[in-house]
Amino acid sequence: MNADRTMLEITALEKRFDQTEVLKNIDLRVREGEMVFVIGPSGSGKSTMLRCCNRLEEPTSGAIMIDGQRITDIPRRDLDRMRLKVGMVFQGFHLYPHMSVVKNVMLAQTKALKRPAAEAEARALEMLDQVGLRHKADAMPNELSGGQQQRVAIARALALDPKVMLFDEPTSALDPELVGSVLKVMKDLRAKGMTMLVVSHEMAFAREAADRVIFMDGGYVVEQGTPDEVFGNPKSDRLKSFLARVLNTDEDAA
Amino acid sequence: MDAFLNTFFNFEIMAQALPLLLKGAFMTLKLCSVVILCGLIGGLGLALAALSPNKLLKWVSVVWIDFFRAFPPLVLLVFVYSGLPFAGIKMSPFMAVVVAFFLNNSAYFAEVFRAGIKSIPRGQSEAARATGLSTAQAMFHVILPQAVRNVLPDLLSNTVEVVKLTSLASVVSLSELLYSANMARSVTYNASPLVLAAGLYLLVLWPLVRVTSRYQRGLAVN
Repeated sequence: MNADRTMLEITALEKRFDQTEVLKNIDLRVREGEMVFVIGPSGSGKSTMLRCCNRLEEPTSGAIMIDGQRITDIPRRDLDRMRLKVGMVFQGFHLYPHMSVVKNVMLAQTKALKRPAAEAEARALEMLDQVGLRHKADAMPNELSGGQQQRVAIARALALDPKVMLFDEPTSALDPELVGSVLKVMKDLRAKGMTMLVVSHEMAFAREAADRVIFMDGGYVVEQGTPDEVFGNPKSDRLKSFLARVLNTDEDAA
Repeated sequence: MDAFLNTFFNFEIMAQALPLLLKGAFMTLKLCSVVILCGLIGGLGLALAALSPNKLLKWVSVVWIDFFRAFPPLVLLVFVYSGLPFAGIKMSPFMAVVVAFFLNNSAYFAEVFRAGIKSIPRGQSEAARATGLSTAQAMFHVILPQAVRNVLPDLLSNTVEVVKLTSLASVVSLSELLYSANMARSVTYNASPLVLAAGLYLLVLWPLVRVTSRYQRGLAVN
């Protein structure tokens, strides 16, 4: 692992839906092995930016490089191979409800990576072990809690040996007591050197575990830095007011 | 009362007619298998085309589906069997029935498949595509198995309709169950063969109907 090597780089990314310009000019860099958090108010384009990184959304203009490959130039018919290198975890888990947990983790391995079934199964069990759910291999997704489902979704992505993991609000749909188990898995991944770009509202976790934090608002990257810089010493007014709002939600709720 | 029983439930005549009716029932089953199999495959193809991002393909298949759902199946059958020969296309009664009911039935199956596929949340295909599965792989391994499960009662009840539909084939002198029964009726001058035929239809359809409504109730509970 080379800490100075850029794994993911976004340059002048712009995304427009009809008349609405969601991403205006995004520049962002994630080094190999880094865990970078993207924070910002809802509607600021964080998820859209993330979805551009595996071309679930088509960027309007700009470039994205992943592992030295300019993925914005890949023709549509070659997208599948690129996506094997980019794992994605969704807010809503999206496990396949008609398949057991282990089959969920095996499907893309056998169909997209063309791994033999036995190898795929061994790999699936290994990944389930890593997220602490090997004993649930034969369960159906609807028998699992939200936190467990999300960990299976992480295992499903990891089983393809991605170079980068994208997390799109991975804990937002979870009951508070289940959030911790998912965050722990992410922390383990960080320790193993996985490169991660995380859109999340878990400010405490970002502060504790992120290498860098990026604040997006109105389609721009407004501010970025280490967690201490971003949370401890925010410079822009927009970040200050955002932090004041999210860090005070407990009082608001009371 | 005796006259009634003698006319409708004459077991002697039923026994005489039974071999002919069983032959007819066999033809009905053969017809159903071919029409249902072709209808399922054609319907799936049409549904996929109707959901395709290709505008032309989508438009053509949607119009196709609407047209054949609106077209009365008996009119279609008579047209295929008696109308098309004027254009030099002549078919055996069996082929005419298969073609006409395939056109009708695939349109119905297409509508069922389309509804099923649309009932699956977008996140499923996004998750599949994000793991590097192709559009086709995502469709066949992730979307369709769930879609079929969601619309299984509709697929089953459509199948029931096909069995009923095939009795129309008697119009083009195809010796399926109804035609055979009617033939036996005219030979014996007794309605019992028709009653027997109705009994045979019920024997096949009633369990299917039962399963369908059971399954629908099951879905409602879940």
